Amino acid sequence: MSPETPPAALHCGAPAAAPTSPRRAVTPREDLARGFWRENPVLIQLLGLCPTLAVTNTVANSIVMALATFGVLVGSSLLVSTFKRWIPNEVRITSYILIIATFVTIAEMVLQALVPDIYKALGPFVALIVVNCIILGRQEAFAGRNPVGRSVLDAVGMGIGFTIALLIMGSVREVLGSGTFLGVSLFGPRYEPWVVMILPPGGFFTLAFVLLAIAWWTQRKAVRAKAAEPRALAAAERAA
Amino acid sequence: MSASDLLITASPHLGGGDTTPRIMWSVVASLVPIVLAATWFFGLSVPLVLAAALAGAGAAEWAFGRPGSLADGSGVITGLLLGLTLPAGLPLWMAFIGGAFSIGIGKLIFGGLGQNVFNPALLGRAFLQASFPVAMTTWPTPVTAGDWWTLRGDNFAFPFMSARAVEVVTSATPLGSMKFEAQSTPVTDLLLGTTAGSLGETSALLILLCGGYLALRNYLNWRVPASILASVAVLATALHWVNPRYPDALFMLLSGGLMLGAMYMATDLVTSPVTNRGCWIFGAGVGVLVVTIRLWGGLAEGVMYAILIMNALVPYLNRWTQPRVFGVSPPAARP
Repeated sequence: MSPETPPAALHCGAPAAAPTSPRRAVTPREDLARGFWRENPVLIQLLGLCPTLAVTNTVANSIVMALATFGVLVGSSLLVSTFKRWIPNEVRITSYILIIATFVTIAEMVLQALVPDIYKALGPFVALIVVNCIILGRQEAFAGRNPVGRSVLDAVGMGIGFTIALLIMGSVREVLGSGTFLGVSLFGPRYEPWVVMILPPGGFFTLAFVLLAIAWWTQRKAVRAKAAEPRALAAAERAA
Repeated sequence: MSASDLLITASPHLGGGDTTPRIMWSVVASLVPIVLAATWFFGLSVPLVLAAALAGAGAAEWAFGRPGSLADGSGVITGLLLGLTLPAGLPLWMAFIGGAFSIGIGKLIFGGLGQNVFNPALLGRAFLQASFPVAMTTWPTPVTAGDWWTLRGDNFAFPFMSARAVEVVTSATPLGSMKFEAQSTPVTDLLLGTTAGSLGETSALLILLCGGYLALRNYLNWRVPASILASVAVLATALHWVNPRYPDALFMLLSGGLMLGAMYMATDLVTSPVTNRGCWIFGAGVGVLVVTIRLWGGLAEGVMYAILIMNALVPYLNRWTQPRVFGVSPPAARP
């Protein structure tokens, strides 16, 4: 590479191609908001179902679990995205797991120090964040091939999406299964709790009903869009 | 339905008079004596609990089922059978939820009548048992002279609220007192049904008669109850012989929900095997599981879980016990 060649001609690859690329550039806001709902890791991608089913029997457990996962996800995405140039492709999964495990250890110690009761209630599931497929999936699908800023935004969005899903599950299960929300009694002392909802089957029931509701809603939206299509076409023809 | 599902036979064809609604309503009719007996034994609470379970089942069928599916009678059977497995003092709102769960989750989510894997009534009961363990195991004693009009528990508890303590004598079921207090119950009481228990698990004799009628009409495969009762009898006799601490066969057969389960739950046309050999295996499995759960499990009664577990195996039983097609040699024997 001699100094007299014009740099613009040589480096026409990435910078010059970007504006003419057929794919629209992704705004930071889209990176962030994607995980909330449209690509929600639990409710749409059906990843990370193990903690979703196992620890959502109370709202407090759900929140702590979601926050721990959120922290691990953001931290790992930041590190993986930063070091992606130096991580050899052949051992990338191992390297990702190492990075994730580091943050899980931190999260575990923090929880143990701050909320020992809930840490005990969560049992092995804090340590199992290491193999949470949301986290590994985001490293493999996003952080390992995108710039640091976008990766962190994506991780924050996915973490919030996970929190939303866990909150829905935890609220339904605690309200029905114990008659309380965050430990505050909702229906008075004579409420008859549905014990099954805080047991493992209740997790499956709740997840099934949430997914059912989402499927029903999506389908209804699609049917309405289809019904609106001919009308829109007719309107366009009239206008023409 | 694909073309291969169609039944292709040579003419002439003889039309059978049996239709799904006709079979279903016959089963409902055969349940009437059992319902009447339950009402006689447990008083006014019985029609209330049954009506609540039926209302729950009907509401779910009406809301989520195909139009007109309410008329085929299968929802009524589910509601009645569920009601018969409940204790008389159960708050009505729980019975309603159980009925709605039976039909909604037990049947319609699988695709409606003929598609469900598990017996819907038993699923409803399993849900109630897991949700409200205390209310589901409070067994009032049968009525004594004169207090037929007294409710056998706080039936009218406000929805989602627990039942108030009511001045009603409760006692352990025969199986419960056998398991936890090693106390047997006279056989005549078990036959007639003058014991504490759920509505339909009391009079063994009457259930045997009503189920026998269905078996005669060929609306249930007699091999299922025969195999269940035989395996329980054999196993119980053997165990009683080895160690007299275990109850004898007669007590095992007549107590608890075994009769109702064997006659009405396990023989459900949808969730029992289609082949006769499959029915024998199915029944034997239920029998072994019932004895196992009753004698060594944490619960006093195991008929519900035994049938549900065997329900899950029915597709495999159907596959394993396919009869050989006439005129075709088995694959291994081919040259």
